[in-house]
Amino acid sequence: MTLALSIEGVTKRFGTLVANDRIDLALHRGEILALLGENGAGKTTLMNVLFGHYVADEGSIRVAGPDGALASLPPGSPHAALGAGIGMVHQHFALAESLTVLQNVVLGTRPLSAPHLGLRAARAKLERLMGESGLHVRLNARIANLSVGEKQRVEILKVLYRDARILILDEPTAVLTPQEADGLFATLRRLAASGLAVIFISHKLGEVLAVADRVAVLRGGRKVSDQPIAGVDRRMLATLMVGREIGVSRRTLREPGPPLLVLDQVSMRLPSGRAGLDGVSLTVRGGEIVGIAGVSGNGQAALAALIAGMAEASAGSVTLAGKPLRASPRAAIEAGIARIPEDRHAEGIVGPLSVAENLALESLDSPEVQRLGFLRFDRLRERASQAIAAYDIRCPGPEAPIRLLSGGNIQKVILARVLERDPRLILANQPTRGLDVGAAAEVHRRLLEARMNNVGIVLISEDLDELLALCDRIAVMVKGRLTAPEPVETLTLERLGLLMAGHREEEAA
Amino acid sequence: MLEGLFDILLSSSFWAAAIRIATPLMFGVLGALICERAGVLNLGIEGIFTAGAMAGWLAVYLGADLWTGLLAAAATGAAFGLIHALLTVPLGLSQHVTGIGVTLLATSLAYFTYRVYLPNVATPPRITPFQPVAIPGLSDLPFLGPALFQQTPLTYLALALFALAALVLYRTPLGLAIRAVGENPAAVGAQGLSVHGLRIGAVVVGSAVMALGGAFLTMAAFNAFFFEMTNGRGWICIALTVFASWRPGKALLGALLFGAFDAFQLRLQHRLGGVVPGQVFLMLPYLLSIAALIAVSRGADYPKALMVPYFKGQR
Repeated sequence: MTLALSIEGVTKRFGTLVANDRIDLALHRGEILALLGENGAGKTTLMNVLFGHYVADEGSIRVAGPDGALASLPPGSPHAALGAGIGMVHQHFALAESLTVLQNVVLGTRPLSAPHLGLRAARAKLERLMGESGLHVRLNARIANLSVGEKQRVEILKVLYRDARILILDEPTAVLTPQEADGLFATLRRLAASGLAVIFISHKLGEVLAVADRVAVLRGGRKVSDQPIAGVDRRMLATLMVGREIGVSRRTLREPGPPLLVLDQVSMRLPSGRAGLDGVSLTVRGGEIVGIAGVSGNGQAALAALIAGMAEASAGSVTLAGKPLRASPRAAIEAGIARIPEDRHAEGIVGPLSVAENLALESLDSPEVQRLGFLRFDRLRERASQAIAAYDIRCPGPEAPIRLLSGGNIQKVILARVLERDPRLILANQPTRGLDVGAAAEVHRRLLEARMNNVGIVLISEDLDELLALCDRIAVMVKGRLTAPEPVETLTLERLGLLMAGHREEEAA
Repeated sequence: MLEGLFDILLSSSFWAAAIRIATPLMFGVLGALICERAGVLNLGIEGIFTAGAMAGWLAVYLGADLWTGLLAAAATGAAFGLIHALLTVPLGLSQHVTGIGVTLLATSLAYFTYRVYLPNVATPPRITPFQPVAIPGLSDLPFLGPALFQQTPLTYLALALFALAALVLYRTPLGLAIRAVGENPAAVGAQGLSVHGLRIGAVVVGSAVMALGGAFLTMAAFNAFFFEMTNGRGWICIALTVFASWRPGKALLGALLFGAFDAFQLRLQHRLGGVVPGQVFLMLPYLLSIAALIAVSRGADYPKALMVPYFKGQR
């Protein structure tokens, strides 16, 4: 096999943090290399060094030219990286929404002083590339009108259009249904067979095993393993990634309690054209976890806002333990609903405030927190110290501004705030998104514990493995409609995928 | 009464006046559009108008010819644009606050310069302005000829700049890059282009074009520099940009519409001045503009990255 790329001893430091520590990595033509690691392991930093967004403190990168000869890549220049045939598909798409597919692809490919866009030649070349790769999109469509899967195809076409020899994909399946992901894997294999070298960044073990030829594992900025996929299994990769064995919490069987949250034919319209709710019915009982699966943007946000009292239904009824629920966040909190918000930074915390203050945010009325309208700082500190110990929150102390904490530790603060209030119902929206395996396991353990204490839990998640592991029943959200929840014992990943893609009951069965 | 109104609308002298009044707005709205398409709101426009008016007039007053004066105005606008761009693009400061700061700075500097040259003058000295140029052939057309083709060269320049801007924005790689940088700078950065370079360039060029609008005031309309002469025209251009949904064709139309409202109120004042207080008519173009804004620009397709600073390696 001929070498396409050679990363040699790359070290990148941010202050005292060593994000990449003497990393060597080789990539061959026609090979799919998976780069596996937790958040913060250094995967994205390494790719940013490769793509010229960062300059490495030590080490060098050599890239093979069209003739196969290795030449060193000038550091710190995305322009040079593109010129050397490296193309990157970012996790957050780098597309201009109001421009067409064709315009997005030709952007930056011609000198700015060129008198015209050369669209005719571009279209011909793209049509040939679409035929060869099987990536079909309508070239005149505006990006805003495309599905997420189609946008990803445009991103890959952008790379192919520049005659890239190396394709880097950063967490490409995060936004896809399982079926779309399978389609992507097939495409990647076809591209690799035609000689393209592919780097596939992921923290999901299953897809690494499914698509890669070779896997390199990063942990704490170091490469801890690099071997052919044939010799590894799931358990081995997980241990390599985390550095220790991860205890998996298991759901124990129990009889759920009486109905707690009941949604009856609830509809909700949103002005902005985003998906609302359309005749949604759902019953959540105490002591059970009901999962809501679905591709993001199908109405999960509306459902979460409804349950948290932040939005009002236009039709239908919402009751908690038999009492109608008013559309007010305060009423929801008083009724015993606690929420783990989807965007923990935007909706879960107030960054500049301390850990102690953030812990008290949802119980400002309680005499525990205030007396005669004055905050009881000694009590706040005390409560915070207890929570820090009980939930293993890694932080400088109760007075530290919460924005300094890592995502996993912020989530533990939110979890502590939610559970300390002894809620009757927990609304957990993407509770482990972006968390490392250890922190995610802790969140799972706490949710299962709450379930045993008769708390009803609505778990909205895009991680199907998570749903299948934690939930008693799972419903699927498609275009504002909710399928009837099915017991997890009878559900499979394939069936969930079909339901998520909007297939009707009979087809999916 | 109603017949009188129609007479106004059908006279070519009315339309000639409308186009004349619209000319500074054409420069202004085009300049604002270029900045905003690249994602930078330039509220320095009001001050850049004043500075352009001052610089163009002063150059001619000191002995330069008219076209050199115009160049001086454009260079002054570009300089203030560069200040705005350097503060808002690489440093990412608030575009609102910086823009208002630039307006205050440019206005005050213009007044200061005026006073330095003319410390004790009661009546502002006049210069010989641009004269109307009849386009051979076209100016003889009925109605259209006197309305459109007997204007000063600055009006023709404004129209030519609109055509050029539309061509560049929609037909060239540079224009595509400018539009994309106002939509999603990360997309432009990922394609190996310089986001900051494109934005700074657009703001500098846009500001130079704005300054030409100011120069029209002193070099083709009032022939002298007065305090307060910009009189909110810059702000009107910011509103017109929204009215135009950031499209050059609609921007030109918007400027003409406002010019027509203004010319119309002047004539109404003339006819009905005895009955209705003049201030009512002065208000008219602004009221109509607000009405037009409400009617047209709700849900306008604005540049998604307008006022969003971009820092490399951050998303």
